[in-house]
Amino acid sequence: MAKRKLIELAHARSGDKGDLVNIGLIARKPEDYPILVREVTADRVKQHFAGVCQGKVERFELPNLGALNFLLHQALDGGGTMALKADPQGKTYSTALLRMEIDVD
Amino acid sequence: MIRIANGQGFWGDSLQAPVEQIRRGPIDYLTLDYLAEVTMSILQKQRTRDPQAGYARDFVDLIARVLPDLKDRRISVIANAGGINPMGCRDAVLEAAARQKIPVKVATVSGDDITDRLDQFLKRGIELKNMDTGEPLAAIRAQVERANVYFGAFPVAQALGLGAEIVITGRVADAALTLAPMIHQFGWKDTDWDKLSAGIVAGHAIECGAQVTGGNCQVDWETIPDLADVGYPIVEAEPDGTFSVTKHAGTGGRVTVASVKEQLLYEIGDPAQYITPDCVADFTTVQLDQAGPDRVRFSGIQGRPATNYYKVSVSYTAGYKAMGSLVYTWPDAYKKARAADQILRQRLGRLGLRFDAIRTEYLGANACHGIPAAEPSPEVEPHLPEVVLRVGVRSENRAAVERFTREIAPLVLNGPPGVSGLGLGRPQVEEIVAFWPALIPKSEVRPEVAIWPSES
Repeated sequence: MAKRKLIELAHARSGDKGDLVNIGLIARKPEDYPILVREVTADRVKQHFAGVCQGKVERFELPNLGALNFLLHQALDGGGTMALKADPQGKTYSTALLRMEIDVD
Repeated sequence: MIRIANGQGFWGDSLQAPVEQIRRGPIDYLTLDYLAEVTMSILQKQRTRDPQAGYARDFVDLIARVLPDLKDRRISVIANAGGINPMGCRDAVLEAAARQKIPVKVATVSGDDITDRLDQFLKRGIELKNMDTGEPLAAIRAQVERANVYFGAFPVAQALGLGAEIVITGRVADAALTLAPMIHQFGWKDTDWDKLSAGIVAGHAIECGAQVTGGNCQVDWETIPDLADVGYPIVEAEPDGTFSVTKHAGTGGRVTVASVKEQLLYEIGDPAQYITPDCVADFTTVQLDQAGPDRVRFSGIQGRPATNYYKVSVSYTAGYKAMGSLVYTWPDAYKKARAADQILRQRLGRLGLRFDAIRTEYLGANACHGIPAAEPSPEVEPHLPEVVLRVGVRSENRAAVERFTREIAPLVLNGPPGVSGLGLGRPQVEEIVAFWPALIPKSEVRPEVAIWPSES
């Protein structure tokens, strides 16, 4: 097992809906999708966003796109116009996720 | 096959993009998305000052500029530029056309505004509960500014059926603007769930403009050609529900399976249940193929019946906020910024000011990502050339927020050293308009479609 940064294996885009952020995580190569499914669990994402995501994290699988979709609840300081954040729409959460280190065979 | 272009991903997007979409190659329909949630409250404020206002004026300027091209090329335009005053927008467009002596048929889709009916709904037990929190609307009724229903594609298709060359809508689901010409042209029925879902996926793919053609794209971003002249997206739709996403030849940007995947995943929840007024689309059925350079083909899309509800967006005032910034420089920029934050908080405390929230971020030292993994290492931290201290407060009490705005600048002289005020002056107090998502039975509201000049 070797440690790799997620950004080497995947790309991502994020956006908001109220106080919720969604992050789409996409395998750069289709053969790496099972690694994402195995390593990037909802629990790990919740841990990775410690202090930022106050609610639960849900994960959905899109094998057809080699992608995962994460929903981070209560992750935007109230969300939208309420938020006092520099990134009130969670647009940069995508790259924040890509900082994660995972185990690769 | 019909070509449906997007020329505007939000109000404030490129003014030139729609013009290029019209002039740089063949299209049949041009869709323009002007309405974000926050736009509706801006329009509301404008209309309070001027009853004629309340729609996207940029749209009227655009039509004045391109009307001869639209006529020559027989392009129809579908835009949610009507905002909270679709009729006012229509009149302004007709007036601009009359000035150029060009006859044009303009339709409106309205009826989405339920602001004046809220009390009646509440009285009848339609609670308009917040979809996220479950709270009934009564909790914020006094603060409500507006309430609008999101309509689907069928009233827009109906407007096209009446012969409209320009369709101006109020609130309509973004993706429905793209689905509507498919329904109109291919005669799809309101129970063709798979085809309707395909049209919604097409709409989702292009509704954010260049975000699908190489803009904000992470994969190999440095090699994406000529973003200065980025081509906006075009859907080439077939009657069987398959379609391709592409852009005009000779424009910049890139359309690949990777760029398309990023956009498909943008702002979605459960991908198997993408709920729209017209159907529930299943994004886990989408098959993508690179069919050529800058061309991605979509197939296999399935969907399920629509729900019995429309989504409602209620805007309401929710207090005040202000954000102040100072920049601290080497050495120990981050340490000084943190010290200044402590001093500021102590002063606010001594003044007895109460806030619903105070938030501090350090731009240049993990403000956006904000997670432990992004924190600068102890070796790097003392050498950061500069760090921006950014403090925001929120309160129901305007005076408290106002008082906060006076406490930032003094820190330049009476706080830690090596600081600049960024030339920004005193922070502005902003009134917060927040949003309340709710559902309403479809039977309670009806879209209204009308066309001018009428045939009779």
